[in-house]
Order: sequence, then C-alpha cells, then structure tokens
Amino acid sequence: MAAELLKIEHLQKSYDSHVVLKNLSLFVDEGEVLVVVGPSGCGKSTLLRCINALEPVQGGRILLRGRDIHENEKNLPKLRQQIGMVFQSYELFPHKNIMDNIILAPIIVQKRKREEARQEAMELLARVGLENRANDFPRQLSGGQKQRVAIVRSLIMHPELLLFDEVTAALDPEMVREVLDVLLDLARQGRTMIIVTHEMQFARAVADRVVFLDKGKIVEESAPEAFFSRPQTERARRFLDTFSFETVRKSG
Amino acid sequence: MPDLGLEVLWKGRNFVRLLGGLWTALRISLLAVSISIPLGMLLGMLMTRNNLVLVVLTRFYLEFIRVMPQMVLLFLVFFGTTRWFGWNLDGELSSVIVFSLWGTAEMGDLVRGALISIPAQQTESAAALGMTRPQILRHIVLPQTLRRLIPLSINLITRMIKTTSLVLMIGVVEMLKVSQQIIEANRMSSPNAAFGVYLTVFLLYFLACWPISLLSKTLEKRWS
Repeated sequence: MAAELLKIEHLQKSYDSHVVLKNLSLFVDEGEVLVVVGPSGCGKSTLLRCINALEPVQGGRILLRGRDIHENEKNLPKLRQQIGMVFQSYELFPHKNIMDNIILAPIIVQKRKREEARQEAMELLARVGLENRANDFPRQLSGGQKQRVAIVRSLIMHPELLLFDEVTAALDPEMVREVLDVLLDLARQGRTMIIVTHEMQFARAVADRVVFLDKGKIVEESAPEAFFSRPQTERARRFLDTFSFETVRKSG
Repeated sequence: MPDLGLEVLWKGRNFVRLLGGLWTALRISLLAVSISIPLGMLLGMLMTRNNLVLVVLTRFYLEFIRVMPQMVLLFLVFFGTTRWFGWNLDGELSSVIVFSLWGTAEMGDLVRGALISIPAQQTESAAALGMTRPQILRHIVLPQTLRRLIPLSINLITRMIKTTSLVLMIGVVEMLKVSQQIIEANRMSSPNAAFGVYLTVFLLYFLACWPISLLSKTLEKRWS
C-alpha cells in the first residue's frame, strides 16, 4: 500500500462571488499519476494553482505529507521546492539562456554548487534530447523544446510531486508528441504527478486514475479504462463525446 | 560653394564659446538625468502599487508635467518662485529643477510601463521553483525591467539634451544663445553667418546625441 503524498480536504475556492471549487476532496498516492480532465472553466487549472499555493483558498485544507501547505506562509518557498509545476505557456526566463534557466533555482534556492547543478542539468537535458541547446536562449527554441526545458527546470529541484497544467495546449500538433513522450517517461520512472490535459488518448495511456471535474466538483473518479470506455455519469459521457467524431462519408 | 559665413567661427574665441554653450546644455541635461532616473524609478514603483491615494497623486503629477509646455514650466520656476517665495534662483538651477521634474515624470511612466509589462506568470513560475519574493525581484523581474527600460530612457536623455535649447528663454547662455550672439555680432561683416553657425549647432547637437542613440541600439540588439 503506497503512502499518501497529497490529501485535499473540502477545498473551497472562489473569486469574489464566483465559486470555482466546491468542497473538493482528493488524494494522490506516492508514485501515482492522476489525470484531471473536464470542460474549460471547470476549475482544473485553479486546482493545480491551489495545490502550489499560487492562489489563496477560502476553505478546506491541502496536506502534503500530512502538513497543511497554508500552515505558515513563510514556509511557502520551501514547500514549493517539493512541488514542481509546469505551465501551459512554459514561462522560461527570456533573459537567461537554457542552462541558466535550469540552474538558477538550484543555485539560489537550494544553494547547490554551480558545477554540480550544471552537470545534472546536462544529464536531464540529454534525457529530453536537448543537450546541444544549453547555450541557446529561449527565443531560439520551438514551443515543444521550450516546454521540455521547463520540465527539466522543475525536475532539477527534485520535487516529490509534479503538476502539469495543460502543458501541450499552446503547442502545434506535431510538437505535442515530443512533450507527452517526456511525461510518459516520467510516469515510467514512478514519479508522482497530477496532469491536467485535453489529450484524451494520452490521458488514457498515462493515468493510474482519472478525475473528471465539472463546475468545480468531482463528478467521476475511476481507473482510466473504466472512465474512457464506460463513463458512469451522463455528464462525463457528453464530455467524452466531444472528442469523437462520426464518420461522415461511408466508403463503398 | 555658397558663402556660409563659416569664418565667424574662427574669430576670437567664438568656436570655443560655442563648445562652452554645448557643455552648458549637456551639464543641465546630465544633471537632470542623474536626478530623474532614481526618482523616476521610485515614482514608477509607487505607480504600480494598488493604493488609490498614491495612484491619484502620481497620476496628477505626471499629467500636469505632461500637458505643460517645458517653456511654461521654466517660466513658472524661474519667475514664479521669485514672485511667490522671493527666491532668487539662477537660470541654470531653475533649468535643472524643471528638467528634473519633467524627467522624473517621464521616467516614472517608463518604469511603470516596464514593470507591468513583465507577465505575472513569470513571477509565478519563479515562485513555483521555490524562490522568495526578494529573489524573484532580483533575478527575474528587475533584470527584465531594466532591459526594457534602458533603450527607452536613453531616448529620454537625447530628448532632454535637445530641449535644453529652451533655457535661453530664462537667460541661460547655452549653445543656441551663443550662436545667436555670434550671428548678431557679425551681422555687418558676415551677413550669411546664420547658415554656417546654425549648421554647426546642428552638427554639434547631432554629435552629442548620436553616440547615445547608437548605444541604445546596441543594447536593444543585445537584449532583444
């Protein structure tokens, strides 16, 4: 039985009067890949932002290894080192080259030696096939390459939990694959991850468990095979239907 | 070659006086710039605060300085302070004050613009890596702000140098005033001197501003 890494209890989140997450409870076990799907505006990105304490919450608790992340605001930088987050828009630092983007946080946050950080950065870059781009600037890279660098940048902090917020949503179709392959590779290594995505085929392949979110509530939570082939709720069925098309012209 | 009356420049110490006038202009603008930049930074940071009183005050200051022609500001400070407070500011000090007030306003607006142009997600992604607020400011926000700011503030410096041509109106003898004196003094002997002297003035302004523009271009290219 794997240990529970993250536990969310009765999370309540609203912007002014607009309620985004309603009494949401969820857990993630160590080594588990949780995929969150749902229509746009359902609160999936907000959920990730809450887990990383980028958003204040109005109620409930988020526990990482049993410790409330909002227990002490001073502890946030420390806590965020344990949680890696990759954003839809990559957010590499444009004034630094690829290597410096990756080793900045290890050096200034974790006080690691520059040489040691560089070495690990090179190893990680090689793993995502970008070892020869270390001295380039973000503007010289394609979207897919930038996103792979962003993943490396959070991996080098050795986080216990990785959050992926629609990391392929801003990419051209042919670049989606190269990023998803990196995520699949991470799943194989047994990393704990929460992935928000619109790529249903990928979700099915990578997930240990799928959570379907609608209007700030968990509508359905099941194993990927069960969710994608036999969704329990009408709402999930309708959502999944939007990803499939009827054949228009029958041949013969 | 048409007669440009260039010979007046070599009469007596005329050319040296012209250079002296240029130095006066540069002195005023450089002093004002070195006052405006730190004050403008401060103003710009205040303007991005979410404080209604600060926003109204800084906005009012900025708009007031903007709508006022620099000449009016010069008159207000030079003559106005004498009349209202009995101060006897000399022309050059008044000019430095006016150019600093103006520079601070413009610089403040540039800083404000540069600060808000850094997307919030940059801060968030740095925070997600575990950086503290001061670390984010120092390593992520400020370096990007400065890179955006330097070409813009260099542009402001050249505008200031050119605008010093107004300070002759409050009796400061800068380059333009010297050139007028030279032309007046030689009206009879070299009636065409205006062409040559103003051409020289044009070249001197150009030589003062061009290297600054080049520097801005270089920096812009390096940091784009």
